[in-house]
Amino acid sequence: MDRTKIDLWVGIFVALGVAALLGLAMKVGNLTSGKIGETYSVTAAFENVGSLKPHAPVKSAGVAVGRVDSIVFDSKTYEAVVTIKIDKRYSFPKDTFANIYTAGLLGEQYIGLEAGGDEDVLKNNDKIAKTQDAVVLEKMISQFLFSKASETDKDAKQSAPASEPEVKPAAAKSTELGDAPF
Amino acid sequence: MIKSKPLISIIKTLQGIGHRMVERIWRLGAGARLFFLTIVYSAESFKRFHLTMREIYSTGVMSLLIIIVSAFFVGMVLALQGYNTLQKYGSSEAIGVLVSLALVRELGPVVTALLFAGRAGTAITAEIGLMKTTEQLSAMEMMAVNPIARVVAPRFWAGVISMPILAALFSMVGILGGYIVAVPLIGVDEGAFWSQMQANVDFQSDIVNGVIKSLVFGVACTMIALFEGFDAPPTAEGVSRATTRTVVISSLTVLGLDFVLTSFMLVI
Repeated sequence: MDRTKIDLWVGIFVALGVAALLGLAMKVGNLTSGKIGETYSVTAAFENVGSLKPHAPVKSAGVAVGRVDSIVFDSKTYEAVVTIKIDKRYSFPKDTFANIYTAGLLGEQYIGLEAGGDEDVLKNNDKIAKTQDAVVLEKMISQFLFSKASETDKDAKQSAPASEPEVKPAAAKSTELGDAPF
Repeated sequence: MIKSKPLISIIKTLQGIGHRMVERIWRLGAGARLFFLTIVYSAESFKRFHLTMREIYSTGVMSLLIIIVSAFFVGMVLALQGYNTLQKYGSSEAIGVLVSLALVRELGPVVTALLFAGRAGTAITAEIGLMKTTEQLSAMEMMAVNPIARVVAPRFWAGVISMPILAALFSMVGILGGYIVAVPLIGVDEGAFWSQMQANVDFQSDIVNGVIKSLVFGVACTMIALFEGFDAPPTAEGVSRATTRTVVISSLTVLGLDFVLTSFMLVI
């Protein structure tokens, strides 16, 4: 086989390989979606970030507007300080709410921004004051069980001396709805 | 000296174990020495790149067909099997993630390396073994041509260059095969298929690690094939044995190395 033919085939081979790698990076991987153009960073302090990780999406109204850059523990306030990079195209009011949500029931966690009504907008290195922690499932369950237990305790105390069957279910119902366990 | 029969047989068994052990260690050392010499004498395979080019043609380009066809079927089977299980949990949209992660992380590099050992590794061993049997290598030495620089190094670099390309092609074609089964045949939503894939496949930790794996497998497979050929006894039987051994040792090495590499990559 002469050399030019070999060169041609090897050229095709290498081009195919590069195309496959590019295809993997662009179409399969998150190289394109992970890249945001110009960003500004904002910090937010949470008491508990749950299993939030760097590179997790930041969404507002369900649209990805940025990414979590870093999560560090502040040893003075004992809080987790999360640095968020937001796309320059989007601006948010100063009193924006930052919540940690879970995608699906057991999915990965992301930060949801809910815009407030302030005139001023967040600038680079600003701090979001209003935050809401991640929901920790174990905590929720234990609180629920605890409130249930205290409820039945109260019920038992109430029903023992009075023994009025009409009032009891209504009272139980109101406490169940009134002070939500979480 | 020693007269009693059981004692002699015990000594003989021990001798056999010792001999085999020494033989193995000798082969390991000889292989490492060949690897070292290949690296040292590989300047010529880049200066006269057409030598390497020719080998890329015979190892890489000629392996394209088997790689593409098997990748296509592996991807299709993955999608079919994955759908069967995922659909029980009502998350059949995650099929794209399953197919792509399985291919990019594991099956792409590993199956490519196994096929490469069978398709190209055996060819290298048989070729070099036959060159040795027909005393072509000694003839080169007589002409003051270093056979390692002229024969071994170009084949080594051709294997190292070809393997990542083949593995990337394997992953891509496999994902296309999975797509064809999942979207037009089964009816998984196309948008969910690609978007979930993109959300869960990371460039750094999945794709780059897959490429690193295939590079390591390329070095291992090619070096084993070269050494077995170079070390083959110069007989017809010797060459055939060396060829068999190339496939067996390459496959085992690839699977073992895969575990080691994966455990390192998951820790870091």
